[in-house]
Amino acid sequence: MPVVTMRGATMQFGDRVLFDGLDLDIAPGEFLAVLGPNGAGKTTMLRILLGLTRLSRGVVEIDGRAPRRGSHDVGYVPQQRAFDRDLPIRGRDLVRFGLDGHRRGLPFGNAAGRARVDAAIRSVGAQSYADAPIGLLSGGEQQRLRIAQALIGDPSVLLCDEPLLSLDLAHQHAVSELIDARRRDAGTAVVFVTHEINPILPYVDRVLYLVGGRWAVGTPEEVLTSAGLSELYGTEIDVVNVRGRIIVVGSDESAPTEPGGHHHHHHDHHDDGHQHHGAGSH
Amino acid sequence: MLYLSQPFAQHALIAGALVAVTCGLIGPFVVTRGMAFAVHGTSELAFTGAAAGLVVDDNPVGGALIGALVVAVVIGALGGRERERDSAIGVILAFGLGVGVLLLGYYHGFATAATNILFGNIFGVSNDQLFALVAIGVAVVVVMAIVYRPLLFASVDADVATARGVPVRGLGYVFLIVLALTVTAAAQVVGTLLVLSLAITPAAAAQRWSPNPLAVSGLSIGFALLAAEGGILASLASTTVKPSVFVTSISFGIYLVSRVLGPRVSRRAPRHDADIVADA
Repeated sequence: MPVVTMRGATMQFGDRVLFDGLDLDIAPGEFLAVLGPNGAGKTTMLRILLGLTRLSRGVVEIDGRAPRRGSHDVGYVPQQRAFDRDLPIRGRDLVRFGLDGHRRGLPFGNAAGRARVDAAIRSVGAQSYADAPIGLLSGGEQQRLRIAQALIGDPSVLLCDEPLLSLDLAHQHAVSELIDARRRDAGTAVVFVTHEINPILPYVDRVLYLVGGRWAVGTPEEVLTSAGLSELYGTEIDVVNVRGRIIVVGSDESAPTEPGGHHHHHHDHHDDGHQHHGAGSH
Repeated sequence: MLYLSQPFAQHALIAGALVAVTCGLIGPFVVTRGMAFAVHGTSELAFTGAAAGLVVDDNPVGGALIGALVVAVVIGALGGRERERDSAIGVILAFGLGVGVLLLGYYHGFATAATNILFGNIFGVSNDQLFALVAIGVAVVVVMAIVYRPLLFASVDADVATARGVPVRGLGYVFLIVLALTVTAAAQVVGTLLVLSLAITPAAAAQRWSPNPLAVSGLSIGFALLAAEGGILASLASTTVKPSVFVTSISFGIYLVSRVLGPRVSRRAPRHDADIVADA
């Protein structure tokens, strides 16, 4: 039974359609990468799964229930960001927020809660710096604690919003490995929003690619092809495979870069407005 | 210390303790949320409210409370972006002070009333004022005990707190109202100009000693109590120097000592970046 089910999922803000008629099942332990240019709806997809935004039309379920705010069915790993050096918060406190940060009262820990925090910290190998102020930790260390925070509620799906951004290569690799190990050991599904597929390419089962109201779902080999992405973007895109890395040429996040391509692209957008169901699925 | 048997001194010590506990409690949140300037703005405009209260009803505390609450709501409406918020506070603050001075021009009561608002008049706390301070103090402590954990989450990490279902914006308003109440009460002790010495300085000092949020809250309350009660007692002993001078001096002294002696200059555990690379 799938962890996440979407049927005819449609999201639009006014006339702007982010995706239309999306059907998607995410299996336990599956690693799904969500790709696409800025503003294509990657973050909105996460907000829908977090229960913060509702679909315009269609159905979305996590473990058979509509997503709701604060549910332990989902864990959330955000981008790494800088904390003030003086911030009076330890790594341990950050992890603890994942357990009961939303509950009223004073943060006096009970023994059971402390044991779960300790276990979560151990599971990401963060014991040596869990009691240090969060503002003094490296980006990679912070992200490990973020993952512990997201996993402490034992979610069935882990939602990751660009968690590797601003990490160096070694930390990108370590954090990706950690997420991959978790989904293999505990069967936690992973929905991983990123603009850069390569650091997670070895782990990804399927890709959801969102572009200007169109979408495609499939394995990386199926979706990340010159023909597939050209159709999706409605303009010429080249997908180049260089030593195991996939490089997409011509998408440039929001618009094609080639001179002269602008008029053509604009024309395509006009067409998009009349074919909401032009989304292709592989 | 024969004054200690006098009601005015007892009132002062009780009022000082109440103010110290509330200020010490909200201080770490003020610092974490980067709202030091908002505290200053709220207290300056509590002065404007107090001046208006004096002119209209001879009731500076009621006026200060209304002034602070209005400002708190306005700051809340300005939203989250710190830089935008701070410049807007600066604009309102400058205008509000001008209005306050204008209002005081219309006040024909005792001349000391104006300096009392600005620098505090802890030895003039009446029974009614003390009752109001107790009510405010209890309200602040109760509300903070209820919202402490989600407010901490929201202050440290608003995005993730939102994702976990914490009502971040609503808590922001709750905190601003708590702040307005606290600032109004503190202004009775140290005056509107010096509120920061109880609402910021103890928290900033406490952060130098521990990264544990509960420990910081406890230390912050302790430091605020030390400054307020120590300042009042010192003033009683000296008889000529105003308590505000001692309160701010002790508070500043604690901060300096914490800055120099506090252990939080670096992380306790050694860095283990090498391990992460190794197991990658």
